Amino acid sequence: MADATATVVTPAKRAKPAPRSRLRKFFEKKSTIAFFMALPLILLIFTLVIYPAFYAIYLTTLNKRMTATAWMKNCTYLPDWICTNIPFGNLQFLLTRETFWMVFWQSCLFAISAVIFKALIGFVVSHFVHNVPTKGQRKWRGMLLVPWVIPAAMSTLAWQWLFDPSYSAFNWILAQFDVERVSWTGVAHWARFSVILVNVWIGAPFFMIMYLAALKSVPDQLYEAAEIDGANWWQRIWYVTLPMMRNIIAITALFSTIVTFANFDIVRILTAGGPLDKTHLFATWSFRLGIEGGDIPLGATVSLFMVPILAVAAAFILRDVTRRGNEA
Amino acid sequence: MTSVTVDKAGPTRARPKYGSMKRDRAWALRWSYFFLAIFAFFFLIPPIYMFITSLKTSAEISAAKNPWWVFNPTLSNYVELLTSPAYIGFFKNSAIVSVSVVIITMLIAIPAAFALSRMRFWGSATLATGVFLTYLIPETLLFLPLFKMFAVFHEYTGIQLLNRWWVLLVVYPTLTVPFCTWIMIGYFASIPKELDEAAIIDGASWLQTLTRVFVPVALPGIIAATIFAFTVSWAQFLYPIAFTTSIDQLVLPVGIITTLIKGDVFNWGQIMTGALLGAAPPLIIYAFLMDYYIAGLTAGATKG
Amino acid sequence: MADVSIRKVVKRYDEVEAVRGIDLEIKDHEFVVLVGPSGCGKSTTLRMIAGLEEITDGEIAIDDIVVNDVPPKDRDIAMVFQNYALYPHMTVAENMSFGLRLKRYPKAEIKARVDEAARILDISELLDRKPKALSGGQRQRVAMGRAIVRNPKVFLFDEPLSNLDAKLRVQMRIEIKRVHQKVRTTTVYVTHDQVEAMTLADRVVVMNHGRIEQVGPPNELYHSPATRFVAGFIGSPAMNFIPVRLEGDGDGLAARLPNGVSLQLPADRAQRYKALRGTDKLLLGLRPEHITEMHRDLAPGVVPITVPVDVTEPMGMETLVYFKIDGAELCGRVDPKAPVQVGAQTQLAADLNNMHIIDEASGRVI
Repeated sequence: MADATATVVTPAKRAKPAPRSRLRKFFEKKSTIAFFMALPLILLIFTLVIYPAFYAIYLTTLNKRMTATAWMKNCTYLPDWICTNIPFGNLQFLLTRETFWMVFWQSCLFAISAVIFKALIGFVVSHFVHNVPTKGQRKWRGMLLVPWVIPAAMSTLAWQWLFDPSYSAFNWILAQFDVERVSWTGVAHWARFSVILVNVWIGAPFFMIMYLAALKSVPDQLYEAAEIDGANWWQRIWYVTLPMMRNIIAITALFSTIVTFANFDIVRILTAGGPLDKTHLFATWSFRLGIEGGDIPLGATVSLFMVPILAVAAAFILRDVTRRGNEA
Repeated sequence: MTSVTVDKAGPTRARPKYGSMKRDRAWALRWSYFFLAIFAFFFLIPPIYMFITSLKTSAEISAAKNPWWVFNPTLSNYVELLTSPAYIGFFKNSAIVSVSVVIITMLIAIPAAFALSRMRFWGSATLATGVFLTYLIPETLLFLPLFKMFAVFHEYTGIQLLNRWWVLLVVYPTLTVPFCTWIMIGYFASIPKELDEAAIIDGASWLQTLTRVFVPVALPGIIAATIFAFTVSWAQFLYPIAFTTSIDQLVLPVGIITTLIKGDVFNWGQIMTGALLGAAPPLIIYAFLMDYYIAGLTAGATKG
Repeated sequence: MADVSIRKVVKRYDEVEAVRGIDLEIKDHEFVVLVGPSGCGKSTTLRMIAGLEEITDGEIAIDDIVVNDVPPKDRDIAMVFQNYALYPHMTVAENMSFGLRLKRYPKAEIKARVDEAARILDISELLDRKPKALSGGQRQRVAMGRAIVRNPKVFLFDEPLSNLDAKLRVQMRIEIKRVHQKVRTTTVYVTHDQVEAMTLADRVVVMNHGRIEQVGPPNELYHSPATRFVAGFIGSPAMNFIPVRLEGDGDGLAARLPNGVSLQLPADRAQRYKALRGTDKLLLGLRPEHITEMHRDLAPGVVPITVPVDVTEPMGMETLVYFKIDGAELCGRVDPKAPVQVGAQTQLAADLNNMHIIDEASGRVI
């Protein structure tokens, strides 16, 4: 009896202290390996995304040649300690500039109207594609996604040529119907219409493909059940399709809001901000000021105005994506 | 008794309706085709017009004839561009940059996604969310501080990054890695946990589990991520226009715009040819790997 | 080939204790089945043997070597998963040989082992197929093949049959038993299905709430359950439980049911339970097969009982009759030809020679 207990106890005693430290080592090893596998990603994010983001904030406090702090001028309307302690010179300069408010307004107009039209067209087209027999869908989907696949810079060049002041292919068609020629990129409101049109043309296919994926994920039985319950076509869309797609609709629209709001390529190539800065967006204007005008702090200040709107959109996306993940 | 009357009433009322339903469906289908054709036409005008213009001579372009028709088709624009060292140079730069960025992206994203989805370490959940947020930060927010950072970097180390094509190898991964990591996390998460447990019991190390089980199993996801990284790198416009200026350092989109447009002289035949050729690689990849392309596109909205 | 010792093993996740200190000695060549409801800790125990879960406390030894900190690959074990966990990009042969290839076995030996395992499992003609092209049963065989080629000390099965349909499950059950009889490797098998446990095991381990309720050969568990949980868990339809009070004078003892009816206990049972006379909170346990149709001449210890039958389920070889006595739902198995009428008072025969008396408070069978 004593023998038996001894044999049981001895290995246990021997084993106990050793396993603890070795065990810890083993699990430390696993998380250490994991950390090193993720290290390049972490370094990339920190040095090339997070650091520059904070560096941008620092840049906004400098003057044009980045030699001194940009203090506010004539700031008698603010308490003294703010004027002497907070380097908001660039900010003050912008907020008192008419062009800035124009760019602000143009960016909002551009982003909001483009996203709405993209979403509407995407929604409608996705339903048409969903309606046709499955074996034909591939072909249509393939054709309709082409604008998204062509690099935006290349297709904007094509649009620029279609809008050309002297040889516009659109104006030629209008002329056949005796309609007066349109100065597509030369007049402020037509120029704004043109950049929005091109953005809608590029972005609508993305909405279409996302909504189509969402439509396909709605089980057929739901429609059949709704039909048996007596729902007509419109009611089926309102009570079945839209609620089932709500999350995708929201995520796609928010995501597109970010991308559209921060858009650069289209305006830069099509109008370069003209005529008379009437089509500038935050991104193109900050490029004009920062790279072409050589005033990096001022350009950085302009681009930072995108942050609040982007942050709100990003917060909503994150919420919806997480919720979607939890549903799945 | 009541049930009998209902049964009788049902079919007589419904019979004509069935016929019209069938006809409704046929008409709905016809309308769908009609509108799809209109939208397809709208979506395809610019590429078609690119192609039409690329076949024209400068003389025909400036003649006041129907711009939608080619009267004297010629390949001279293609010949001229494909023999121009500058254009070939842009194409080569674009190709080298895009392929290298794809490789760099995969080398960073795949191990990171594996670590984040399977191994877990302190802060890994936060990092996964951070990766997604990084993907939402647009390049238009970062190009100015990056520009200044590279200038300062040159001052301190003597290594010049600005106006060198390989600066793009440094900055493009910020656009591709977060999204690719995100969708790879999603693909890896869809692999059942038992599969890596089986591999561990079979004696595989973590690295072997990744390379011999996860990478082959998640191959569709890797292809989708590769396509994404390639097309993003190929199409990127802001970083090269901000960071490179010398002709021999330019990539395709910037090259076409800065060299083919000389002052106010637009050689549209060549510009359209150049743009069409520049759009060709993504279009060809899309034509052959459409399903992967679309999988990558729609994967962003689902959590990993 | 080896034996496995589990000594005072505890598994704690943050707040929850999944396994609360279990002891189990598994002998060489033995086929042991861990069975219990979901969440009873059986899978966690298996995964601790495999090394997929850390052991919070206690120790597990394979072949007398404590393996608490040995990584899975060095424990010399093989595991079959519920969803098979076949590598989808590898052929059957590659799936089976993956572990051997990682250990850099010579090619000829790998081929010999794969062929041998394929022959045992009768999947030789499937070796070049991908898992996608296999049926559920074939995938199950490949998963077992992957375990066999390793020639491990211990086989671990984690609910391997629950993804199969009922018919295949029976087939594969027999197949697993056949393979075990051939290779004789020590096996630990986890299932929630008590039929699987009964049919496969040399010894069944019934677990509940992270503890072992009873260990024993299948028939012992069936006929002499140690606790109310085991009595109710093993056997289908489950054992009937009805609150009783033991009464009587002298040597005789009768069980008084809640509806007032008294059943006279056979002499040996009366002898065994006489200390419980007058005790409250007792349960009478009686399996459905011991409540049968009435016969003209009853054996000793079999007593008539009149019950209101409310549902019958004809099974072909027998008919299950359901009835309630004062809220307790009970079941009997009668001959299909017996005249049983739903809604009517029916006389059945209860064989009290096979009764159990359970202390309701402790749940132990007395």
